[in-house]
Amino acid sequence: MRPSELLIPTPAGLYCPLADIHIDPVRPVGRALITHGHSDHARAGHGAVLATRETLAIMALRYGEGFTQSRQEAVPGAMTSIGPVDIRFVPAGHVLGSAQIVVESKGLRIVVSGDYKRERDPTCAGFEPVSCDVFITEATFGLPVFRHPPADAEIAKLLESVRLFPERTHIVGAYSLGKAQRVMALIREAGYERPIYIHGALETLTEFYASEGAPVGETRLVSASDRKALAGEIVICPPSSIQDLWARKFPDPVTAFASGWMRIRARARQRGVELPLIVSDHADWGDLQATIRETGAGEIWVTHGEADALVHWCGTVGLSAKPLHLVGYGDEGEAESTGEAADATQL
Amino acid sequence: MNRFAWLLDRLAYEPRRNAKLALIADYLRTTPDPDRGLALAAMTGGLVFQNAKPGLIRALIAERTDPVLFALSYDYVGDLSETVALMWPARHGANAAPHLPDVVSGLRNSGKTDLPRLIASWLDALDETGRWALLKLITGALRIGVSSRLAKTAAASLGDVEPDEIEQVWHGLEPPYEPLFAWLEGRGPRPAATDPAPFRPAMLSHPIEEGDFDKLVPAEFQAEWKWDGIRVQAVSGTRADGARITRLYSRTGEDIGASFPDVTEALVLDGALDGELLVRRENAVQSFNTLQQRLNRKSVTGKMLAEYPAHIRAYDLLVDGEEDIRDLPLVERRKRLVAFVARLSSAVVDLSPPIAFSDWEELAAARADPEASGAGVDAEAVEGCMIKRLDSPYLPGRPKGYWYKWKRDARLVDCVLMYAQRGHGKRSSFYSDFTFGVWRTTEEGEELVPVGKAYFGFTDEELLELDRFVRRNTLNRFGPVREVTHEAGKGLVLEVAFEGLQRSTRHKSGLAMRFPRISRIRWDKPPREADRIEALETLLPGQG
Repeated sequence: MRPSELLIPTPAGLYCPLADIHIDPVRPVGRALITHGHSDHARAGHGAVLATRETLAIMALRYGEGFTQSRQEAVPGAMTSIGPVDIRFVPAGHVLGSAQIVVESKGLRIVVSGDYKRERDPTCAGFEPVSCDVFITEATFGLPVFRHPPADAEIAKLLESVRLFPERTHIVGAYSLGKAQRVMALIREAGYERPIYIHGALETLTEFYASEGAPVGETRLVSASDRKALAGEIVICPPSSIQDLWARKFPDPVTAFASGWMRIRARARQRGVELPLIVSDHADWGDLQATIRETGAGEIWVTHGEADALVHWCGTVGLSAKPLHLVGYGDEGEAESTGEAADATQL
Repeated sequence: MNRFAWLLDRLAYEPRRNAKLALIADYLRTTPDPDRGLALAAMTGGLVFQNAKPGLIRALIAERTDPVLFALSYDYVGDLSETVALMWPARHGANAAPHLPDVVSGLRNSGKTDLPRLIASWLDALDETGRWALLKLITGALRIGVSSRLAKTAAASLGDVEPDEIEQVWHGLEPPYEPLFAWLEGRGPRPAATDPAPFRPAMLSHPIEEGDFDKLVPAEFQAEWKWDGIRVQAVSGTRADGARITRLYSRTGEDIGASFPDVTEALVLDGALDGELLVRRENAVQSFNTLQQRLNRKSVTGKMLAEYPAHIRAYDLLVDGEEDIRDLPLVERRKRLVAFVARLSSAVVDLSPPIAFSDWEELAAARADPEASGAGVDAEAVEGCMIKRLDSPYLPGRPKGYWYKWKRDARLVDCVLMYAQRGHGKRSSFYSDFTFGVWRTTEEGEELVPVGKAYFGFTDEELLELDRFVRRNTLNRFGPVREVTHEAGKGLVLEVAFEGLQRSTRHKSGLAMRFPRISRIRWDKPPREADRIEALETLLPGQG
């Protein structure tokens, strides 16, 4: 079987005709497999959804219990057969519940990675490489300029600034699903014990993360506090709020933003960020390369992001590669630095 | 170097002027000589290295990276120094980070053959921020939102002096400015102002608002044409040894005299003129497009001097002989200016004429028709009027209540977005350079023809929407350029504002817009309702 018979890029997303399933469809379909809960990958309105327990829970929290007509839980590592196709979910290390989807039939194995990272994250299961014939990768940070520094060093920058400016509130923009909770957990690992104040848009997901055992520590809602009294505290909010009037009511706020995009100075300046924190939930350039090699795949498909550079690099090391130019990904979270408007209002 | 890099890094992210001043002042206060003086020189454009050029940096990175990956990265980041700083392969076991004075003397004194090895060894030893700062230093354009004036203002705060006082002694000083710091810190005398032709900060105007006219009394003002050229300060003075020193400063105090010898050699009297730099040919002022041929040239050919003769249209006098007359009211300065220009008696310096008016309605009529209201053949280079209080002293900066600009209304046209490219600088990594077109009829039917390109006018939020539109509606990719959907029923209409229109052989449409910018995004309008080329052609000079 040729790979193009097993999975086909369509306007709705990747489609497997043998099993009649779509992976991360961007429009309503009959049967959908979902890699993770970010709203550009996990949309409401499908007939049936197969995803990890955590991803199903996140979709229910965001869209209500009626987000799909029927749902089925995928246990990481376990095989499910749909017609002649074997399906397996394997941790992707991106956010809580995120998974790669292994699609296999007649000896041909394709791995759809969804979004993934290789860096340690205390809030979700780590990425597990799966050997395969075709590896379908994202390329959000698919340029050699993206080399993420260790996340704990970036968090140390934040805590150092908090120490230096005890009279100012540090407002950290972070995507509401995954990044915000990871930042909280990293702050705890660094030994910070004061309550962390959160924007209302983060409440539901942060509670969910905490109930799943993520070490986020004590959080308090900003709305239940006197903003004027939060000098010296850390506040976490969706990125769209850092430049809002909302953020200006804190004492002399320091604007921080936790994102892989903060590697590019202009990106930080465009958003008025004074304290850029390069913390990403996506693989950087080096990790994209390392992961592609680890899978042993001879053919690489690139779904979204900076596909051109990654495809070019694959060519230089003798791997066959092509961009899929899938449209519709990157509306939430870092896959596009710009899509959090929806993020802020969704919850 | 690390401390200097830290300063540049902090400044690059700091949007507030006062915080920038505090950062620079704190650095200057706590950093020893000669490091702080070299840093001040870097921020005031005072460090120029003959042999260290961007081309050298490009060559170094080309030896170490794949050219396609570099090109894609540079296109994305939009800044050479930053791209190289981020892509430079780390080398373990490199030597300790270099010190700023060593870097400066290395860049100054090394020959072309030694420099690449030297710079590479520094880049190996520095971290990402250090590499970025070093490359900014080498390429000369810091672009961290710090003007020369701001850096000098920060330096002034070390002592109890006004920034203007630093300006007065500045040209007599050399990096690392040890006598300057000694003076500011009360350890030494005021440096002698040896420069006979210093820059004096320009006086700027406010845009006039609709309601202002009710409050302003016409008889208290004079009006002049607002010329569409380059604001300059032409200063000439005599050095102690009798030599004439002449400088042509831009509005921000950069000396651009080397590009305009035809003007500087005409300034043979001591004094400081404020005026507009223009190109004047056959007794008529030419459009800004023509002036552009003379801008940003390192060397000037005789052919250029003959084809694009530069000219100063003077509107103020700051220094008359040795006398600083900035405190005199404008009406007095004007009399001195008239006499000064007459004494100068040069073909390349003339007076900006006043506009006769007795009330604001009359001025409005003149602004609407400069050609018939005194500007005559020069009307093409008029972009509105200036309104100045007759009693205004010449004050630095943008003081309120003295000078107003009343620009000509912009032309508006609805165009269709056709191509987009990633921007540089502030807009880098977003699709922010937009090429747009209007409809025309050809033998094959209706088609869009590109008429211009704009990369500003929209808000940051609109930029995000435009960027998303481009990425979602890409038809084709030509290297860094994306072609976006542009059909009668599908595409994006942009309302484009511009100042003027010229015939141009360089553009397919035969037209060139002056100062085009996106004034509104018409998400509501289908492309078929965008404007036609005929609508633009009626706006050409001499067409109505």
